[in-house]
Amino acid sequence: MREQLALLPRLLSAHLALSLFALLVGVCISLPLAALASRRPWLAQLAQSAAALVQTIPSLALLALMVPLLGALGWSSIGFLPAFIALVLYSLLPVLGNTITALAHLPSELTEAARGVGMDDWQQLTRVELPLALPLIIAGVRTAAVWTVGAATLATPVGADSLGNFIFSGLQTRNLSAVLVGCCAAAALALLLDGLGKLLLSGLKQRRRSWTALALAGLAALYLYAGAARVWARAPDALVVGAKTFTEQYILADVLAERLRAATQRPVRVQASLGSTVAFDALCNGDIDAYVEYSGTLWATVMRRGAAPSDRAAMLAEIRSYLAPLGVSVAAELGFENSYALAVQHSRAEGWRVRTIGELARISDGLVMGADYEFFARPEWSALQRAYGIDFRERRSMDPALMYQALQSGAVDVISAFSTDGRIAAYDLSVLADERHAIPPYDAIVLIGRRLSTREPAAAAALAKLSRSIDSERMRRANLAVDLQHQAVADVARELGEPGRAE
Amino acid sequence: MQGLSKRYEQRAAVEELSFDVPAGQLLALVGESGSGKTTTLKMLNRLIEPSSGRVRIGGRDADQVPPHLLRRQIGYAFQKVGLFPHLTVGENIAVTPRLLGWGRARIAARVRELLQLVELDASFEARFPDSLSGGQAQRVGLARALGASPPVLLLDEPFGALDPLTRDHLQQSFDRLRRRLGLTVVLVTHDASEALLLADRILVLRAGRCLQLDTPHALLSAPASSYIEQLLAAPRRQARVFEQLASVSEHA
Repeated sequence: MREQLALLPRLLSAHLALSLFALLVGVCISLPLAALASRRPWLAQLAQSAAALVQTIPSLALLALMVPLLGALGWSSIGFLPAFIALVLYSLLPVLGNTITALAHLPSELTEAARGVGMDDWQQLTRVELPLALPLIIAGVRTAAVWTVGAATLATPVGADSLGNFIFSGLQTRNLSAVLVGCCAAAALALLLDGLGKLLLSGLKQRRRSWTALALAGLAALYLYAGAARVWARAPDALVVGAKTFTEQYILADVLAERLRAATQRPVRVQASLGSTVAFDALCNGDIDAYVEYSGTLWATVMRRGAAPSDRAAMLAEIRSYLAPLGVSVAAELGFENSYALAVQHSRAEGWRVRTIGELARISDGLVMGADYEFFARPEWSALQRAYGIDFRERRSMDPALMYQALQSGAVDVISAFSTDGRIAAYDLSVLADERHAIPPYDAIVLIGRRLSTREPAAAAALAKLSRSIDSERMRRANLAVDLQHQAVADVARELGEPGRAE
Repeated sequence: MQGLSKRYEQRAAVEELSFDVPAGQLLALVGESGSGKTTTLKMLNRLIEPSSGRVRIGGRDADQVPPHLLRRQIGYAFQKVGLFPHLTVGENIAVTPRLLGWGRARIAARVRELLQLVELDASFEARFPDSLSGGQAQRVGLARALGASPPVLLLDEPFGALDPLTRDHLQQSFDRLRRRLGLTVVLVTHDASEALLLADRILVLRAGRCLQLDTPHALLSAPASSYIEQLLAAPRRQARVFEQLASVSEHA
């Protein structure tokens, strides 16, 4: 908990900056648009349909979509900008919808009276229509504020700091107190904004200057704080280490960060919980400087290549030559592999006398397999089917966290697992050997971007020293320590990086 | 007004209406609902644009002036009053002077003067329209129409929501007021006796056409059609009944 509370001020202000400025820009777009649309029915229809369409895209997908979209435009595709744009889009509908509805349903005698007393169109809008629509407009802004604060927690995977950092890493490392801190802080923020909106509305409605002033001052203070924090947080010379959304990545990012810190004496930041392809794009764009990738992922997802060569060295050479023109280089092979594997309970494997996938294939049509959501759609599964002719009586996709329980309770007989998952040892599972090498190698490698390879030789050298310093067993124990023994990531990382430093 | 017409699709709401109102006079438009009274009134300040015909006010063609500037020179009291609910009574009355850019002090003095004119206590200035009775709201509506001292006033059933006693009272004070200020007024009413009492001339409308345009006296003595005779019969009969009742009670 102390670890989380130490992070809270930075993430809270980042979250506040992201959601408040997205809200501000959203209102600045939707309010004039709605006013314009009140005179042009076709525009009202168009704007509302477009905003509603945006709303039907799940917010997580909307945020993730911004990354390739901005990348295609050649803009900084991770971090503040994609999250900001997605949240602006997300905040449009409530304000737009409420304002258009409110303006369309004003009593006709009032709009006629406004013209009758000699107002021109602008005066009619600003002196009569908008003031009368204000309660609904503010209600719309309040809804948008709550939505935006909530959706901003999803900014973490696209590389923008937010309270979502707590939630994503907490869920992955089964650290509920982190999840709780993230959720409570986001909820408190949403309630605070909603409360200020309510106060503002009451103040305006009942013409209580003090309430209105208090609400406006509160909002102004929040904006000032968020703006100041945003300016403050800019440390352009800080090095950034990326991490994807699982435990092993959090630990390794800390290991890399520690090495960089020691070697360069520069501030080093970890940008955690990045989406899988986001991390690679971020490295190419220079938004992050280093992260740990797996050779098989690069091969299949980034390079979009088919069957991998069984010769590890040849594969790595091809990867290096693919990465070079992108300004990315391989600083070190860490010395372990984290690949897809099939796991069964140790006792049952002994009972069946099964140690390899080939042996399992002989009895598998009587068994049930559980796997994470993507496994059966991945090339690895079709490669297994091709190589071993394996299939199961039933295939079930489920949450990775539940797979292990399902295996223990006997609901499934075989699961997909990652070979360095600490739970393999903890639950006494056997990993079946892939004797025909159907699954490509997933060797963990440290990737560095252009900045480190060209201008920071000391940093690159420090990371190179990690070469072959972590084997599968050590990685598995480190994962186990975080996932099941609930040790702090930083402590586990320090221990894991230690022997390398002594060398 | 010359050949004023308004057509909706094929149906004519007002057909070939021509009339003029000499400065300082009050013309009443009388007819039953749907006869085109309000449509005619709204064409005068271009709240409704005429399909054909021209409106001249003070020697100028109304369509030569931007409509919102035209309307600032013409007071308008609406049938539904239409006070702005987010503004106080004072701010409602001050709305046109403010659009014309009057100074703060001049506006404040004008608001006080108008409240007096429509016989409302000065304490009403800070109240909001939703706290007013129907009659009070109508007075404020009248005051708002008079706000910028317009030379021309258009009134749509301005005394409609009042109880008889107040109506009579307000009609009389309005009559004195408009004569004193020399206002040119067009008044829409379905109440023939109101028209007879207040108007210099009366225009009787039926189905968008002018049946007769004359002074109250001429209308009473020489109605142009049986419809007008009927229209005036009710106030006459009422007047007779009142007189009889009064004489009966005197004899008793």
